[in-house]
Amino acid sequence: MTTTRNRRWLLTAALAALAAIMIFPLYWMVVSALTPGGQSQSREFYLWPDEPTTANFAEVFTTQPVWQWLTNSLLVAGAGTALSVCVSLLAGYALAKFRFRGRGLIYAAFLVTIMMPIQVTLVPAFLVVARIGLVDSPWAVILPTLFDVVGIFIARQFMLGVPDPLLEAARLDGAGEFRTFRSVVLPACGPLIGVLVILGFMTRWNDFLWPLVVLQGNENLTVPVGLSTLTNNPAFSSPWGAVMAVATVTVLPLLAVFLVFQRQFVQGIANTGIK
Amino acid sequence: MSRSDDAIRVREPAAAAPTHPSGHRRRAAGRRAVAPYLFIGPAALLFLSFSLVPIVIAVTLSFQETATLGEGEWIGLDNLATMTGDGLLRTALVNTVVFTAGTVPTAMLAGLGLAVALNRPLPGRSLLRAAFFVPMVAAGVVVGVVMSWIFNGDYGVLNNLLEVAGLDRVPWLTSPRFAMLTLVVVVVWTRIGFCMIIYLGALQSVPSELHEAAAIDGASPWTRFRRVTWPLLGPTTSILLILNVVFSIQAFDVIYVMTGGGPGFSTTVLIQYIFRSAFADARMGYASALGLLLVAILLVFTLLRHRASRRAEELL
Repeated sequence: MTTTRNRRWLLTAALAALAAIMIFPLYWMVVSALTPGGQSQSREFYLWPDEPTTANFAEVFTTQPVWQWLTNSLLVAGAGTALSVCVSLLAGYALAKFRFRGRGLIYAAFLVTIMMPIQVTLVPAFLVVARIGLVDSPWAVILPTLFDVVGIFIARQFMLGVPDPLLEAARLDGAGEFRTFRSVVLPACGPLIGVLVILGFMTRWNDFLWPLVVLQGNENLTVPVGLSTLTNNPAFSSPWGAVMAVATVTVLPLLAVFLVFQRQFVQGIANTGIK
Repeated sequence: MSRSDDAIRVREPAAAAPTHPSGHRRRAAGRRAVAPYLFIGPAALLFLSFSLVPIVIAVTLSFQETATLGEGEWIGLDNLATMTGDGLLRTALVNTVVFTAGTVPTAMLAGLGLAVALNRPLPGRSLLRAAFFVPMVAAGVVVGVVMSWIFNGDYGVLNNLLEVAGLDRVPWLTSPRFAMLTLVVVVVWTRIGFCMIIYLGALQSVPSELHEAAAIDGASPWTRFRRVTWPLLGPTTSILLILNVVFSIQAFDVIYVMTGGGPGFSTTVLIQYIFRSAFADARMGYASALGLLLVAILLVFTLLRHRASRRAEELL
């Protein structure tokens, strides 16, 4: 009895040590953001700065348009997620609850795009956006990512579980198709919407390659792209402190959301794996 | 969408009138025939303009030599010929294979181990689980800059620690010998939580009676894992394998930020090479052809995944 209990504590201790290593990079990001340049640019080993300071934040926020980057990211991720979730819910409903001509074809065509990541169509998609004249506008980031195959599949999967008699009852009561969707189907989709919103927001907030390609002016960048421009910026007295300050600001909002909605996060991520 | 909503609402009073029940039903049936197309319309339209059209353009571009759209010169299969003699492409493909082979099994094994350990009733279990998947929340760029700092040769905390321990400083990112290894370690760090979550989900559906029966038969924990748990995880493992391979082939952000494909070309993977061809060398046509090569590789893996999961289903 005691040996099993000891073994359990041993396992827990080992796991806790591993967990500490997993967490360390994020801890170090925050610590480095709070460390004065003199100490961080040294060969000294430390785990907490002698004199913590917020000077790095002050410097980078005054010399770089970080607030503007955050606003851009919020717009791109917020509007993108809202619109994309609507599109996915509608499409998922059509695929789950209707038999119509061309359904199989549409379904198959959507499926194929799962293995067409944006990197593959990067060049032509950029040329299309350039032709429409959207380069450097937030819409260049938002529009091409509104179609979200994974979101549509998660929505379809969930809506297959909405009982048909519920829909029939609404139709017999004389509700139109859209009314049925809005007042019968949507209220049953709370958990689904939660997962789609969290997953969609996280993907868009963290997105890098596509915004990197279509955004150019320093004022128009999203946070991840802005952050990537800082690493070789010679203007800072403590470049790493400044970079870590922006990195911290980038992660913190998502971290907060994650801690509150952990279950939905995990469910959403598990869903993308099962698709 | 709001227009069709209004239309329905306007028609409702007439439709609900009891004097024309058959007319109501016919109109309702007509609406039901149109409705699915309205529901799927926005998605289909977006799919057309931002997936299908770019794919068609990618195919046409790959037969051209061009820096911008519409000014290309048709060169037939020359891009394909260029590929076969392109030494850098060969390097990029080898690097992609090395990177994939380094990241995928490591992340999956670590994820499986953690899932098995955290599937038991341990003190602080949910806190531990959270700790292991928190790295997934961080953007690839954030991971890239934070890890560049930790692995920095001159001032990085890792080398400072090595020095305290009396060991030599290691040029983690500036030497071709270590750069790929460092990237593999970093990407595994971001991927472990994902593998763990998927395995945890699968483990929870393993019936506990099977374990109890095996335990009564005197099977050791290791035998129970090998004979009972592992076979039942088969379908999950095959799906995870393919997903991880696809993730690794598509990995861009961390590599772009940490090494940019260097030093030299020691960490230039295929996606990095496509980006470089398109936007640094302005060879849009060649980059499109490389993009199609990437699709072909991903297609093979997707088909393999399909077959693997079908076979797994048959076995069960």
